[in-house]
Amino acid sequence: MARILPKKDVVIVGLGWTGCIVANELTDEGLDVIAIERGPWRDAPTDFPTTYAQDELRYHIRHELFLRPDQTTFTFRNKTSQTALPIRTWGAFMPPNGVGGGGVHWNAETWRFLPSDFVLKTHLTQRYGAAFLPEDMTIQDWGVTYEDLEPHYDAFEYLCGTCGTAGNVKGKIMEGGNPFEGARSRPYPNPAQKQGFAHALWGKAARELGYKSFPQPSGNMSRAYTNPLGVRMGPCTYCGFCEWFGCANYSKASPQTTILPVLVRKSNFSVRDNSEVTKINTDRAGKHATGVTFVDASGTEWEQPADLVILAAYSMFNVQLLLLSKIGQPYDPAANTGVIGRNFTHQCMSSVNGFFDKSKFNFNPFISSGAIGMTIDEFNGDNFDHGPHGFVGGGYLTHAQTNGRPITTTTVPPDTPKWGAAWKKAVADNYLSTVTGAGVHGSFYSYRDIYLDLDPTYKDRFGRPLMRMTIDFHDNELKAAAYLTDKLDEIVKAMGAKQTQKKPRKGPYDITTYQTTHLNGGAVMGTDRKTSALNRYLQSWDVPNLFVMGAGAFPQNAGYNPTGTVAALAYWSAKAIREQYLKKPGPLVDA
Amino acid sequence: MLHRRELLAGVAWLALSGAAAHAGLISGRLPWEPNAGHPPDPVRPGRWIYFTGQEGAAVEALADRIIPPDPGTPGGKDSGCAVYLDRQLAGPYGRDEGLYMRAPFMKGIKQQGPQSQSVIAKTYGSGLAALDKYCQSNHAGKRFAELTDNDKDEVLKGLESEKIKLEGADGKKFFTQVIKDVQAGFFADPIYGGNRDMVSWKMIGFPGARYNYLDWIDRHNERFPLPPVSLAGRIDWTPKR
Amino acid sequence: MRKYATRSVGIAAGASLLLFAASASASEQDFTQVEKGRYLATAADCVACHTVPNGGRSFAGGRPIETPFGDITSANITPDKDTGIGAWTDAQFENAVRKGIRPDGSRLYPAMPFTAYTKMSHDDVVAIRAYLKTLPAVHNPVVRDTLPFPLNIRAGMRAWDALYFTPGEFKPDPNKSAEWNRGAFLVEGPGHCGACHTPKSFLGGDKNSEYLQGSQLQGWVTPNITNDNVAGLGAWSVDDIATYLRTGHNRITAATGPMAEEVENSSSKMTDGDVKAMATYLKSLPGESNNPQPLKSDDPAMKAGQAIFRDQCSACHSIDGKGVAKLFPSLADASMLRSRDPRSAIRLVLRGARSVATDAEPTAPGMPSFSHQLNDDQIAAVLTYARNAWGRPAAAVTASDVSEARRELRARTD
Repeated sequence: MARILPKKDVVIVGLGWTGCIVANELTDEGLDVIAIERGPWRDAPTDFPTTYAQDELRYHIRHELFLRPDQTTFTFRNKTSQTALPIRTWGAFMPPNGVGGGGVHWNAETWRFLPSDFVLKTHLTQRYGAAFLPEDMTIQDWGVTYEDLEPHYDAFEYLCGTCGTAGNVKGKIMEGGNPFEGARSRPYPNPAQKQGFAHALWGKAARELGYKSFPQPSGNMSRAYTNPLGVRMGPCTYCGFCEWFGCANYSKASPQTTILPVLVRKSNFSVRDNSEVTKINTDRAGKHATGVTFVDASGTEWEQPADLVILAAYSMFNVQLLLLSKIGQPYDPAANTGVIGRNFTHQCMSSVNGFFDKSKFNFNPFISSGAIGMTIDEFNGDNFDHGPHGFVGGGYLTHAQTNGRPITTTTVPPDTPKWGAAWKKAVADNYLSTVTGAGVHGSFYSYRDIYLDLDPTYKDRFGRPLMRMTIDFHDNELKAAAYLTDKLDEIVKAMGAKQTQKKPRKGPYDITTYQTTHLNGGAVMGTDRKTSALNRYLQSWDVPNLFVMGAGAFPQNAGYNPTGTVAALAYWSAKAIREQYLKKPGPLVDA
Repeated sequence: MLHRRELLAGVAWLALSGAAAHAGLISGRLPWEPNAGHPPDPVRPGRWIYFTGQEGAAVEALADRIIPPDPGTPGGKDSGCAVYLDRQLAGPYGRDEGLYMRAPFMKGIKQQGPQSQSVIAKTYGSGLAALDKYCQSNHAGKRFAELTDNDKDEVLKGLESEKIKLEGADGKKFFTQVIKDVQAGFFADPIYGGNRDMVSWKMIGFPGARYNYLDWIDRHNERFPLPPVSLAGRIDWTPKR
Repeated sequence: MRKYATRSVGIAAGASLLLFAASASASEQDFTQVEKGRYLATAADCVACHTVPNGGRSFAGGRPIETPFGDITSANITPDKDTGIGAWTDAQFENAVRKGIRPDGSRLYPAMPFTAYTKMSHDDVVAIRAYLKTLPAVHNPVVRDTLPFPLNIRAGMRAWDALYFTPGEFKPDPNKSAEWNRGAFLVEGPGHCGACHTPKSFLGGDKNSEYLQGSQLQGWVTPNITNDNVAGLGAWSVDDIATYLRTGHNRITAATGPMAEEVENSSSKMTDGDVKAMATYLKSLPGESNNPQPLKSDDPAMKAGQAIFRDQCSACHSIDGKGVAKLFPSLADASMLRSRDPRSAIRLVLRGARSVATDAEPTAPGMPSFSHQLNDDQIAAVLTYARNAWGRPAAAVTASDVSEARRELRARTD
């Protein structure tokens, strides 16, 4: 029997980026807020200090900062006709855990989606005709526009001190930035990070081929910065232990370095760590959330009642909690009914390796940051005419190599033996003169047969069903991958590579190879209850005092890293809660 | 002292620094305590903890073929890769800790990843035994470690191409795992037992656990001159008197 | 008419004031008096010693105060009649605060800094009393006699007072500015900075000839806060000091340990004018100049220290040692690092630290613990390097300094 705690105004499930953003907004409104986080409290001086944060084996190979599959995992299959089996060890993605969530160990690549991304269905249909889109593609408009979100993208970028070169300020195209980006109201708060030799060379080669290369927007500081909350960060020192690792010197934007110092000092905020929420509780009718049930580290079950429930536990766990709490109608792919689990997507990643003459090129790959790199956007979204190509979507092309960590970055030319004297020599000969993983960061659109639901067989440590992923690549994404990889290859060759190795994404979708942790969908936002779980304010259509943050709201994934958009949506939703919902609790949009 | 005991009994003794009590609920200030953190414990060389003597010899021999010694850089054996692997298998890695190990265990398609029970320990246990058994059957009673280097390489190439099949183990899967682990040990921080004296990092030019390159980010196409440093430091950290 | 803003000017001490004061008593009804008392109580930081940290009721006492002689427990100064000071008269309160004498005639130990508070005026103390009367009464009986024999014989304090206590209100210096006098009053009086920063004799009395030149407290070495160029505030501007007191952070360093508590409870809540006044006063105190010769860069400790610094410390403290303003202290400019007694610096390296969070500077960056990674020889080397590499050199730190510090700190929980 769960012990019942004193009621709070707001309970937030998970304390990562969106949890912190919403907590800060709602505590400013005077509400009494508690956050419940499955993982541990984390902080630089105590959890990723300069004395041992730089440990590739511990953090990148053994995944110490991430969720353990033992704690919870998913099952996976490519097709509905197969039996899903558990993901016993992570591969394709690395779910976060702990206070700060993915914000602790992300790359800090901070992008905005394109204006057309938010009205994708309308836009592509208008331009190419409905017949151009695959019949089983289920892309949708979001219910919000880029213009709706612009002030919130701006808020996040100034919170983080994002470092970049603006490409479009109030409609004016700016030299050195991304000419394709949506108009921004003002430039980035900090100048772009410096580039390494290989990154700069790639940018130069791209320019010489006629593309407008620009520095990747980075949440790793190019200089010391104090954000609007008064929290201060130091300059990034290009240590090369960025993504997968916590930042030891306060220079990577994270909830810890941008919000938590201020949030934790508020008397109306508290957080329970090492406590897993197992269920969102609703009233008998299932139309009103009464709070959550959680289990603490000693296994004791508690109930936290609240007037407002915010799900901020990462896209996948948000969807899983909705399914387990029986909120919203689960998606049935055969009948094409239901919404929870629908429009699940990932990211379509491809790459090119380049091998250079070591007597002429010394790239020092270990001098880098997680979001360094030069980029071009000519092949993203609908920035080019897809008519002749027979696919839709695209991605940014980049050379954004973040590190030279030797266990994972000892790239050798193809056909090099995998062991022995020849391997050893090739590693030594190529380490300093290789471009490893110049990338295509491709979109992943949604389809009828890619979805989430509850597994019938496998259970977690509480005996609850694991969530099941059914996912495979469709021709659309693979065609795009091939095309974009060829373009990328041209640029790497133009840098002066003596040999390149193209690695376009090929099917089938494989759970063992890392492909970013950008998992999206399953609880999408929209204007039609039949095809979305949330309205345009991320409010549940079914339970008005439940708001669901995160990339689970994306109806499909664009060709960019998602965090900027996830954060902008959190600010947008928090604003609607503060200005509309609190004044008149209830549905903000007529169903 | 009497007064201290009275004091402790009577009054809740809390740290004078005012650090927030952190017992699952955090509020008011960022938690802190002295000597915080979970620093790694460097591996100490010595006897095998996990391997038997024969297994250890086999792994050393494997390590030296995967990464053969040359005049510039020691091979897998002398750089400590077998010690690394011994300590790894003796720890959480060898116990598949953190992995989802609930039943039922079913054979899946390749894309679904490893599905068997006791992934790592079983791979090594059965693999090393099967390797030696194969060699003894086909090489005049000699175990793998006792073969000539050429013969060793032939056996390994056979496993890799699957022209050689082991009895009681998947030879290709086993060898793939050994390559992965030995090479990881070769490049990991020396505190884990391999990469002794940072030999692999010196070989490739990786400066190790350094953290500040602000004075080098703009120096394009120049060789970085400073020696590598491990999480346990480097020899220059100790004053030479 | 009393002028609260310009206290330091023209207050005549002595009988006339006492006569006038005899009729003025502490009134919690008088907003002006209560506000004055609240501010002075903040400057005097009563709440820090008289509250058990992490959940103790404010001003209800019971906090163990570490002294070289043992722990002394602070009194309950809420208005509770049975266990607090609710039943005391104003005169009894003043006797305690300004003279160290309790209503029953027994003496207070100087852990209660009456030796500094004596400098406040009768009106000041009466105002503090008025403020304290407005607090919620908390029933909290505190065991007061906690020192071992023979120190628990409070009568012994009479002799101590004769040696070390000079009662009397602050007398402004007519040759100095109003600002200086205000600063002097605050530092010598309610601020009681000397309680921590002036070295003590073996009996625990102030060594007045070394006023504010640094002492020891709770396992820390408190720095020299005179204008000494090496170990004191010589490299700090008035603005640096004021910013430090007001926000806990400045371009040079950050407050941690017991000083973090001081900033949080006291000086961050004082006015800009007052912290500037205190800074002005401190900068006027002359320092000593017997500095050692800097160690040469080829000294073995310097070479090893330089390697450690470049490989580890520079991650935050920058390659040139200047840190990042308001985030990571500038070792090149720091003063506490260069204290004659290096134990505070050793403590920071061994145990790590959390700097103070204030409204103005909420970040509260932390330093990691190096006790596991560096041995005594290495910590000595890197501290020696940091104390000598960037000017204003200080003596080398030895490996035995570090091992002794490790031993002493082992028992501490803070």
